[in-house]
Amino acid sequence: MGFYLAQLLTGLANASSLFLIASGLSIIFGVTRIVNFAHGSFYMLGAYLAYTLVTTLQGGIPGYWFSVLAAAVLVGGIGLVVEMTILRRIYRAPELFQLVATFGVVLIVQDATLAIWGAEDLLGPRAPGLDRAVRLMGEPIPEYDLALIAIGPAVLAAIWLVFHRTRWGILVRAATQDREMVGALGVNQAWLFSAAFVLGSALAGLGGALQIPREAVSLQMDLSIIGEAFVVVVIGGMGSVTGAFVAAVLISVLNAFAILIFPQISIVLPFVVMAAVLIVRPYGLFGRPGSEHGGTEEPEQPLRLLDQRSTMVLLALVAMLAFSPAVVSDFTTILLVDVMVATLFAVSLHFMMGVGGMVSFGHAAYFGVGAYAAAMAVKVLGWGMLPAMALGPVAAALAALFFGWFCVRLSGVYLAMLTMAAAQILWGVTFQWQDVTGGDDGILGVWPDEWASSDRVYFYLALVLCLGGIWLLRRVAHSPFGYTLRGVRDSRIRAEAIGIDTRFHQWMGFTLAGTLAGLAGVVFVFSKGSVFPDALSIGHSIDGLIMVLLGGIHALAGPVYGAMAMVLIEDWVSRLDYWRFIFGGIILTVVLLAPDGLAGGVRRLIQLVRRDAA
Amino acid sequence: MLEIDGLTARYGRAQILNGVSLTLGDNEVVALLGRNGAGKSTTMKSVMGLVRQTGGSIRHDGQEIRGRASHTICRAGIGYVPEDRRIFGELTVEENLEVGRRPAREGAPQWTTEHLFQLFPNLAERRRNLGKQLSGGEQQMLTIARTLMGNPSLVLLDEPSEGIAPVIVEQMANVISELKREGLSVLISEQNLHFAREVSDRAYIIEKGTMRYEGKFSDLDANPEISTKYLAV
Ligand SMILES: Nc1ncnc2c1ncn2[C@@H]1O[C@H](COP(=O)(O)OP(=O)(O)OP(=O)(O)O)[C@@H](O)[C@H]1O
Ligand SMILES: [Mg+2]
Repeated sequence: MGFYLAQLLTGLANASSLFLIASGLSIIFGVTRIVNFAHGSFYMLGAYLAYTLVTTLQGGIPGYWFSVLAAAVLVGGIGLVVEMTILRRIYRAPELFQLVATFGVVLIVQDATLAIWGAEDLLGPRAPGLDRAVRLMGEPIPEYDLALIAIGPAVLAAIWLVFHRTRWGILVRAATQDREMVGALGVNQAWLFSAAFVLGSALAGLGGALQIPREAVSLQMDLSIIGEAFVVVVIGGMGSVTGAFVAAVLISVLNAFAILIFPQISIVLPFVVMAAVLIVRPYGLFGRPGSEHGGTEEPEQPLRLLDQRSTMVLLALVAMLAFSPAVVSDFTTILLVDVMVATLFAVSLHFMMGVGGMVSFGHAAYFGVGAYAAAMAVKVLGWGMLPAMALGPVAAALAALFFGWFCVRLSGVYLAMLTMAAAQILWGVTFQWQDVTGGDDGILGVWPDEWASSDRVYFYLALVLCLGGIWLLRRVAHSPFGYTLRGVRDSRIRAEAIGIDTRFHQWMGFTLAGTLAGLAGVVFVFSKGSVFPDALSIGHSIDGLIMVLLGGIHALAGPVYGAMAMVLIEDWVSRLDYWRFIFGGIILTVVLLAPDGLAGGVRRLIQLVRRDAA
Repeated sequence: MLEIDGLTARYGRAQILNGVSLTLGDNEVVALLGRNGAGKSTTMKSVMGLVRQTGGSIRHDGQEIRGRASHTICRAGIGYVPEDRRIFGELTVEENLEVGRRPAREGAPQWTTEHLFQLFPNLAERRRNLGKQLSGGEQQMLTIARTLMGNPSLVLLDEPSEGIAPVIVEQMANVISELKREGLSVLISEQNLHFAREVSDRAYIIEKGTMRYEGKFSDLDANPEISTKYLAV
């Protein structure tokens, strides 16, 4: 009995810290509609700042709590700087652009933290006055956990009071429903957004600061928490603070007991719960469908077929690519295969987002399934390269068929979150199922057959497969199926009114995109000779998003530019120290200077040059 | 008070307004008539800065306001009552009013919650109810009251009589007369000719984003072919 009580209390203490982070994320999303990937970075900064303050002040009980609060305030200030210098400039850009911008912030904060505090994990001191354990029914319970259990609901109550008893709080709640209307009633949204962002980041900072007696302060804190924080926000309903609290308790307590039965479950449990909740309640437990007003996005530009001149340019590029192995070094040939793999991956994601109108935060899952299926066919079943290459996309298609069936029941951010959950579940399985997938060690020694083993021959094989895949997606985008899919994207209601089965079309679009991501995975695995769980990670999915969005979602050539830029930049900067800092800086520069992506930026540059010449 | 000249507006590629011109004098109530989809709401949203791609000019008290952010337009004294009401359903009646509250402005009547509850007695009874619990008519009153909390000198009323019971339409007409008595200028968009005639001094007729008629209701009644051509369904 006592043991279960202890387990429950641990769960509740975890729930409190999770709630602090998730509530901030939810407030920021509710008001600004920004999916803030940098929220984990604010959490991490809170922990580092609190560590420094506590260890330098050495001020006993008041010193400790002062440090915790000061860290939260400082992180709020950092949030203000991020909001005012970056996000405020791009509120009118498509929502996903802001997401990419916040990912740029993640990278910059990571390297800045590394530069300031170093790579070593830091062990924080115990909280003075709360450093012992009390015995409850014979079990030792850390006093600090009990304090946390009290802090969570206290913060919830404080937020509730602010939201219901102050004018600012009322405006925030109103803006969560219909921010455009709040503006038409004379409220300067810019300041409302800044204030919400400051409050949200300060809460993340507080969550991180309170964590230092419980876990080592490390550079992994940011991304390790962000997935779970998103899950909590989505389960609770985006924008609902009470929902975040309930969801945090649900997840943490379930987890505390589930690990007793099945220790490996913690990695996937939150995502399984989220998938289950979203299927029953598509807007989360306390969420509501957002207002249809206040969207800042321009209506989608129609995709155009390439005109004759662009077709010529494209053909010339392909021809250049085809002849390149004759002139360039083997090293460049391998790099070009990377570019082609990334391009096919990006084009398949672009098909899903640009044509299908479904944003995915987990597209790498299908890339990874394709790669793993091929690798396992070679290693476990002893198949040759070509049959293994054929199996990869089929496996990816089956996975996409399965998860897509659930995902297309939702839309918008919720759909994106469910794709992320699907990816995270697949990643968890790959990571844990050591006997079959090799777990963290991956699968090694997956090389092409003898005849295709030279870099040059494999290059041509990759060229044929990747160009074939891209060509297929282009054809489908301009087929009746593609037009129908676009019709569904632009107006689901209108499409349904004329008798189109919208879900079925989206389901098939989802599956096709997944299949071709699987093909990219197959080409990838034989070029590298190995595959690791990284291939399915959220990080890789975000790479895909960055490629598509940096390239520009409205242009057919967008993902091509994006993938080329991404691979070449990565190849260049990843050899430097602090490459994350540089890469994050590049992302922010593109986002701020070319909010319609590289393709749009290039187009505008050409127009500018032409106008000057004229 | 308000001079619109050659206003154009588009949603994406679709041109919706093709040079709309309209003037509204001090303490005048003017009706903007037109069929479904004629561009009445788009005209009002453009004035409010809610449609971004616009051309032409919109002057308020002699100042150009086109292209300004909508909160500054509101602060200049223009109140906007949207057609689909857009009340905050999760907020109480009182909180909805709080969102609209602005400091007093010179030259415009100042409204208090108590004053508005006198004007809309139904709302007073439901002050602690959530917006989404109100009936359609009550919601319509709430949006008007919420806008008045900003102490505007000019109100844009988008189809106030749409979708509400005849008794409430009558009440709405009284409210508009009350606004005129308080010295406000009002631009009403309407499809209901009868209601518009009852409350306004002059009328404009818009069709396919172009102004087709401007004048008194008496002239409109004397030439029934105009209303047949541009208004009848
Ligand atoms: N957000 C939008 N995106 C694209 N087109 C729009 C949008 N809003 C309105 N339109 C189109 O603009 C035109 C004018 O619409 P508007 O709402 O101004 O008409 P209205 O005169 O107010 O009609 P109603 O009496 O139905 O309210 C219509 O053809 C409508 O389909
Ligand atoms: Mg209208």
